[in-house]
Amino acid sequence: MYAFITLASGLVFGLGLAFSEMTNPAVVIGFLDIMGDWNPSLIIVMASAIGVGVIGYAIKNKRIKPLVASTWQVPNLRHIDSQLIIGSGLFGIGWGLSGYCPGPGLTALTNNPNEGLYFIGALIVGSGLHFLQNKATQK
Amino acid sequence: MDSIFNPLVGGLLIGLTATVYLLTIGKVIGISGILSQLLFSKERLLPFLFIAGLIIGGSAYGVFTEQTVPFPEVRSPWLLIISGLLVGYGTRLGGGCTSGHGVCGISRFSPRSIIATLTFMATAIITVAIVN
Repeated sequence: MYAFITLASGLVFGLGLAFSEMTNPAVVIGFLDIMGDWNPSLIIVMASAIGVGVIGYAIKNKRIKPLVASTWQVPNLRHIDSQLIIGSGLFGIGWGLSGYCPGPGLTALTNNPNEGLYFIGALIVGSGLHFLQNKATQK
Repeated sequence: MDSIFNPLVGGLLIGLTATVYLLTIGKVIGISGILSQLLFSKERLLPFLFIAGLIIGGSAYGVFTEQTVPFPEVRSPWLLIISGLLVGYGTRLGGGCTSGHGVCGISRFSPRSIIATLTFMATAIITVAIVN
């Protein structure tokens, strides 16, 4: 059941990215280029996704547990720290440079492998650096 | 009309997936987190299935949808490598990306995610303004 839901979720999420053309870095950069030739279509994507998501969380808040899993595992951290700000800031610079965030970067492995392989290779190295840094500081 | 239809359907599909996944499995969908589970945890099957599905679904150009903007010309490997390093390291340090903070986090009005989203939108917009 977990495997089926997870695979189907990945598929439909990917379809959503393709439909909204977030898989195309030219569209994403066009959206971020508010000073230039601005393409606002991703506002519709974000607003409709969040609109459905808000309903989802409203339903969640009325239920004791999920339908399949035994407990909710939604993050409940509340503090704003420098890691959150610095990490998100660096992510935004990387996102603006190429127009790829992680999901569209993964789909570029097949849509545009000449770009996707470099981007995802480096993304894995970057995540690995953080993983090692975390491990070192926890010792 | 056409210019609204595709982003609307795309966003609804993304929101619907996040909702169904939440209400059944009880978790948030965050692509950067799921990818790092695939890479660095011992539970690899489920993240593998999600990412395989994502790549298949995201490659559906032409089958279900028509492209309105052409893909960019292939860009320099160095630009892609620097971008990938920043996205990989930054999303892990900041605990999320466009999906985890941007969609799922804002949907539950998480202050952390709202701050994170404003931050990465701001630095991305500044970066594009400088590069262009």
